[in-house]
Amino acid sequence: MRDLHNLGVAELAALLHKKEVSAVEVATRFLAGLGGNPHNAFLDINSEVTLAQAQASDAKLAAGTAGPLEGVPIAHKDVFVTQDFVTTAASKILTGYRSPFDATVVRKLREAGMVTLGKLNCDEFAMGSGNENSAFGVVSNPWESSHVPGGSSGGSAAAVAARLTPAATGTDTGGSIRQPAAFCGITGIKPTYGRASRYGMVAFASSLDQAGPMARSAEDCALLLSAMCGPDLDRDSTSLDVPAEDLSRDLDRPLATAGRQGGPLVIGVPEEWSEWSEGGLRNNDVSLDVLMPLTKALHQLIQLGAKVKRVGLADGNLAIPVYYIVACAEASSNLSRFDGVKFGHRAAQYSDLLDMYQKTRSEGFGDEVKRRIMTGAYVLSHGYYDAYYLQAQKIRRMIADDFQRAFAECDVIAGPVAPTTAWKLGEKTDDPVANYLADIFTLPASLAGLPCMSVPVGQSEGGMPVGMQLIGNYLDEARVLNVAHQFQLHTTHHTQAPGAAA
Amino acid sequence: MPLTSADITRIAKLARLELAPAEHQQMLDKINAFFGIVEQVNGVHTEGVVPMAHPVDAMQGSEAMALRLRPDLASEPNDREANQRSAPAVERGLFLVPKVIE
Amino acid sequence: MSAAKLIHGYEVVIGFETHAQLATHSKIFSRASTAFGAEPNTQACALDLALPGTLPVMNRAAVECAIQLGLALGSHIAPRSVFARKNYFYPDLPKGYQISQFEIPVVQGGAVSFLLDGETKTVRLVRAHLEEDAGKSLHEDFIGQSGIDLNRAGTPLLEIVTEPDMRSSDEAVAYAKKLHEIVTWIGVCDGNMQEGSFRCDANVSVRKPGGPLGTRREIKNLNSFKFMQQAIDYEVRWQIAQIEDGHAIQQATVLFNPDTGETRAMRTKEDAADYRYFPDPDLPPLVIAPEWVERVRGEMVELPWVMAQRFVRDYGLPEYDAATLTQSKAMAAYFEETAQACGQAKLASNWVMGEVSRRLNAEEGTFEKVKVHPLALAALITRVADNTISNNGAKQVFEEMWSSVQFNEDGGRLIHVNIFEGVHLSDKVDAIIEAKGLKQMNDSSELEKIIDAVLAANPKNVEEFKAGNTKALNGLVGPIMKASKGKANPAQVNDLLKKKLG
Repeated sequence: MRDLHNLGVAELAALLHKKEVSAVEVATRFLAGLGGNPHNAFLDINSEVTLAQAQASDAKLAAGTAGPLEGVPIAHKDVFVTQDFVTTAASKILTGYRSPFDATVVRKLREAGMVTLGKLNCDEFAMGSGNENSAFGVVSNPWESSHVPGGSSGGSAAAVAARLTPAATGTDTGGSIRQPAAFCGITGIKPTYGRASRYGMVAFASSLDQAGPMARSAEDCALLLSAMCGPDLDRDSTSLDVPAEDLSRDLDRPLATAGRQGGPLVIGVPEEWSEWSEGGLRNNDVSLDVLMPLTKALHQLIQLGAKVKRVGLADGNLAIPVYYIVACAEASSNLSRFDGVKFGHRAAQYSDLLDMYQKTRSEGFGDEVKRRIMTGAYVLSHGYYDAYYLQAQKIRRMIADDFQRAFAECDVIAGPVAPTTAWKLGEKTDDPVANYLADIFTLPASLAGLPCMSVPVGQSEGGMPVGMQLIGNYLDEARVLNVAHQFQLHTTHHTQAPGAAA
Repeated sequence: MPLTSADITRIAKLARLELAPAEHQQMLDKINAFFGIVEQVNGVHTEGVVPMAHPVDAMQGSEAMALRLRPDLASEPNDREANQRSAPAVERGLFLVPKVIE
Repeated sequence: MSAAKLIHGYEVVIGFETHAQLATHSKIFSRASTAFGAEPNTQACALDLALPGTLPVMNRAAVECAIQLGLALGSHIAPRSVFARKNYFYPDLPKGYQISQFEIPVVQGGAVSFLLDGETKTVRLVRAHLEEDAGKSLHEDFIGQSGIDLNRAGTPLLEIVTEPDMRSSDEAVAYAKKLHEIVTWIGVCDGNMQEGSFRCDANVSVRKPGGPLGTRREIKNLNSFKFMQQAIDYEVRWQIAQIEDGHAIQQATVLFNPDTGETRAMRTKEDAADYRYFPDPDLPPLVIAPEWVERVRGEMVELPWVMAQRFVRDYGLPEYDAATLTQSKAMAAYFEETAQACGQAKLASNWVMGEVSRRLNAEEGTFEKVKVHPLALAALITRVADNTISNNGAKQVFEEMWSSVQFNEDGGRLIHVNIFEGVHLSDKVDAIIEAKGLKQMNDSSELEKIIDAVLAANPKNVEEFKAGNTKALNGLVGPIMKASKGKANPAQVNDLLKKKLG
């Protein structure tokens, strides 16, 4: 029997539709691979639920009422609430929490036929870049277990890279899909803000959070994203009223005609990120480990028919303070509901109401979460709102405007995802600032709400994966996926599996 | 502007967090380390720039970014049992908390 | 405008914040019911409980109520207003923040005018904004604990804020009554103060005339007009006593105790002032197009003061009558139907303000459900106007009509307990008149005979009258009425007496 674990979403879907394998068999094989919880990727597994879903999928396949992804397994980052699995957002404050409803994204993927394998580990409340902030233990990188998988969707990236699941959902607030995808050598995409419903996503930063798929190819991501996206007007007031699209429709377009006017695709490389000249990319703050594969990738894209030019993103360096001001402010408010009254953890001992609040929250939240809550409360507090929060929102507008100016001159923007490859576990835990600075490339597109992807472009000398970031203009996911797919048709980086045994 | 220990105390209270003395100091140090970066926003010229509360604001222009309104229908059923499934303390349908003194 | 009433030489300055619950079926941001009196937490859905992943979706009817109130108060309706989060911790506030409006409220400016002691007073409004109500804490049944019911959490409120324009508790209560009348008249609030539909906070301070504003204390949650008066009076006396004793007034929130009649400062919330307001990232701005405002304006019910002017103009009523009759829509409608049916507006007004109101007050009834139908009253008034019966006689008929009607327990259906059911209304009136023998003696010849007899029997009165004492006739009216068995028409008696005696 074929090795199902190495198949992608499209391949598995085809096999299932052709009835060459049953959903129950697929689910059973993948469940078997979760023994011992490799890489500590999973937080909740329930084989009864999974097999029941698989059985229902088989019934649909038999009846001819199957959805496009019927029977294909998926695992969900633990910030999506699910009725049938515990949801913790990797936090002690939600230990054992059972949601009475499913997140819209979870519901939509189930409606497309996908079978849930379980819930995936992540940084607590999606706050972190290395999955070292989970209350339930770190996740290890399948390529090198002493290294981080990236974050906050570390469990998702590790599970996909280790072939524990063909696909996973992640969320990206400041890079939390792109960076772990890059660190684990897989493909991930964050759509335009508002494309995927936030209903049922445990909120971190409301104006930044977006759900997206993580898989091993752009083709798979396109299938998944098409199923995940669509208006959710009754439940999410920030959901975009644009119809669901078939985001696979342009995958096969050659780059020579992939430009907006039908001409060659023009790829913009921001000067501030790396200086592009015929020799390649230069940036003293980005590791050569990253620059070299990235340079090669750009050359390959040129060979495929694209053009590369320099563009400017003048205010990009301000993205770090702006992001952290906005994200922490929103988070400090979003996390106030965790008070031990209606759900979740409550301290065992307390003397009065104030004590109950303080002990519950201090016991329930990890250090990084507390730091961000404090920072957020500070920037919103009396006397500081104008200087920090309001100012940050203005600079945010400037960053968004920068992108629009850049897109007047190019079709997509390319650059690094991170300045380095995955660092060692424990290396940055004492220095949160270092962590924040590493987000320099992913934050601007988050602030602007643009669709963006990470595509594997090779490995470093040490064998650690490197990702290339592609950023499209609003609603231009199909073009970004097109570029990634064309690249993947002519390279094999995205098919490489980690040497470390799953 | 660096935060002081008094700031940490005040904000912790606002956020209902209890910090042990060691934690308190660590929090002060780490937030201040970060504030060096945050302060960068202060020098930036932003006169005349309209704040962007939402990415969608930039996408479609502010007219399109209007709050959607739903019809006034009370369609949520009584789901008390499911909703209270994860409640720490419930009695006769009420959430119990330490006495609220006014 | 008369000078403000001083109390022990101090001027009283009062501003009000009123929370009016809007009469919508569902909550402001969730689709749970707003019906009063349900079992605890049976009308608190996932969103109302602030379960992770839930998001607010705005109720159109709540916005419509805001527009209606704004138009009724002559305010400016903001074409674009913003929802903001007010952050604080309290068990009845599930999210740890209240969604309200801060910098840009939906209704701006406006005024409320009312008559007090014959003078028109105007209280200017600062603003009215939409926000959500909190839940309730119940203390009685639990020792050392409180029980939280979130049924009320999320009920739509309009918070209506005045300038500190009031100068006495009388003015404050008159303002509150007028505002109450307006919101119930236009139907945006049911005005049920016992159920908490209309709650006032009074900001009270005192100062020497011409001096700067004193420090104010806020008396919270006054839900009866009587308590408002008592609370403000007590607070004013307390503040003056404090100042006279040399103590400065500290800003505080106070509660009124109806049992003791005293106000008392609440436990101080040290951080109460720092709500860290910021625009809610889950809710785009509320846009109200001019077309919507105009449509609401066109569909608005006739406002009470407009109707009062119409009564003066079209029915020739005095202003006092018009103002009294337009205190409630039901009373005005009752009057108008009666007046139009009998064509006797002043008589109808007298009866409605007099007999009908008297009986309703005694039985704690309302003009929504009056035992005597307007057409029946109109028929009765017609018989007075055409001299068939005297006013006294009419009162007896009315008594019969009133007591012959009972309301059924369920649905309040009128059932008639006497034999007159099915008979045409004025026939019914006539039947009662006939049965009770109340028909006035209009035949002047018979009356003249009676008068002649009485005059003959009372020569002294006649003499005194002819001597110039007009009052001497009064002693004759009694015997004449008695001799006619009460059927003489008093007006006719007077006319004939004067004719006979010159």
